[in-house]
Amino acid sequence: MDLLLQQLVDGVAAGAIYGALALALVLVYRASHTINFAQGEMALLGAYLSWQFFAFGLPLLAALAVSVLACAVLGMGIERVLIRPLAKRNQHLPMIITTLGLMIALNAVIAWVWGHQTREVPPVLGQGAVEVAGAALSRQDLVIIATVLGGAIALAAFFRFTRTGLFMRATVGDPESARLSGVRTGRMLSVGWGLAGGIGAIAGTLIAPELFLQPGMMAPVLIYAFAAATLGGLDSPLGAIVGGIIVGLAENIAGTYVPWIGSEFKQGLALAIILVVLLLRPAGLFGSRKVVRV
Amino acid sequence: MSLLDARGLTAGYGQVTVLHDVSLRIEPGEIVVVLGSNGAGKTTLLRALSGLIPARGELSVDDVSVIGTGTHRLAALGMAHVPQGRGTFGDLTVEENLLVGAATRPRREARTDLDRWYARFPRLGERRHRPAAGLSGGEQQMLAMARGFMSRPRLVLLDEPSLGLAPTITTELFGTLAELHDESGAAMLIVEQNAELALRIGERALLLEHGRIVQRGTTDEFRSSDDIRRAYLGV
Repeated sequence: MDLLLQQLVDGVAAGAIYGALALALVLVYRASHTINFAQGEMALLGAYLSWQFFAFGLPLLAALAVSVLACAVLGMGIERVLIRPLAKRNQHLPMIITTLGLMIALNAVIAWVWGHQTREVPPVLGQGAVEVAGAALSRQDLVIIATVLGGAIALAAFFRFTRTGLFMRATVGDPESARLSGVRTGRMLSVGWGLAGGIGAIAGTLIAPELFLQPGMMAPVLIYAFAAATLGGLDSPLGAIVGGIIVGLAENIAGTYVPWIGSEFKQGLALAIILVVLLLRPAGLFGSRKVVRV
Repeated sequence: MSLLDARGLTAGYGQVTVLHDVSLRIEPGEIVVVLGSNGAGKTTLLRALSGLIPARGELSVDDVSVIGTGTHRLAALGMAHVPQGRGTFGDLTVEENLLVGAATRPRREARTDLDRWYARFPRLGERRHRPAAGLSGGEQQMLAMARGFMSRPRLVLLDEPSLGLAPTITTELFGTLAELHDESGAAMLIVEQNAELALRIGERALLLEHGRIVQRGTTDEFRSSDDIRRAYLGV
């Protein structure tokens, strides 16, 4: 029983990170109707920048803030320079190739700058664990869960109650009609990519103390994030978070209780989820159906 | 000074040129009706005027050249365009649709304008917090017009406002358009299949054929022209 509870708690904590990264994927998908394969490496860059500024002597949270800002600007720049010219011509395949290329390029640059030795990003509230109903939850996991939930609520409020949030939703719904109403749709797309970049940096920095910060860190996380985004629905921010938690739970429980999955085959589970969702319910749990036809 | 002045406008999609050398002026406050059969280039004309598709030639608003200017900037200059299919944001609520329409105006002014539109169209007021996708065709057309006018435009481009509406609702629609015109003083460029009703509220008319303007005149001249009557009024 305790083991099960422990797996559930661990699953939620891991799922929160998958959900955050999936949320970044969803924001980009809503803006540009493409999958940003470089999202994991952008989060990795965020983790390295946090580490670097921390190593320069900034407090961890200040280092994280600088990193979030830098990654948001990077996201906006990528949208403006690489993606928008392709989006204008409706070139979907080239867009995907571009984000794939960006993934490889960013990874190479990171490895070139920081090398392959592992770096240590400290946990936000220090080491140690708290006990939740008999299960041990590391302080960092607690920070992760609180940050992701708080961030998701803040983002929902931003979309619901601010003018920019409203214009972003209008741009997703009918870009042409939004433009005719005077909405600067290009800027809205940039904001979407910028938010995704910032969220990625937070996810990367928070997960770094639990994994080892090295250039391959985010690749497995990205697979789970893809599974989470597919399960939740590629255009649904709520779905990304819910999908992330389900994937996190499924991964932990299957890894523990299903002997032939174990810890080696856990990645396969993510791919299986993607496959099953695409076959049975391509719009995901919360996605809108029209997306499927794009 | 003309509100809008287009000279030698040529536009199309990719390699295909649809609009050839079209010139037209719109003076402040007047209603101009564009007639033409399917595929004559009516929608293309409106799309070129609001910068949705690239066009060659000259285009100016208040005598300032705006060719190649972004669509959202033209909206800020006072142009509203209710596109074919109404451009409703189905996932947004009725109220949010109206607020998007006021994107170019200060937030507070937009809020006060909402009440005016709810007073004019009580149906929209009742449904203000419902998703716009659930509205009937007639209600969606009301919403589209209100959305267009939320920017307090000086020129409204209307693309087939009666499309898909029942005849009685269409008559009501043109009555409303005439009222809105009198109240706001905005100029209108109306593309419409239902020529009879449109000509009744308009002052001047243009006939487009194969992407060229082949006839211009007052709406009275159009209504008494035998050729026009036979081809577009179904009499």
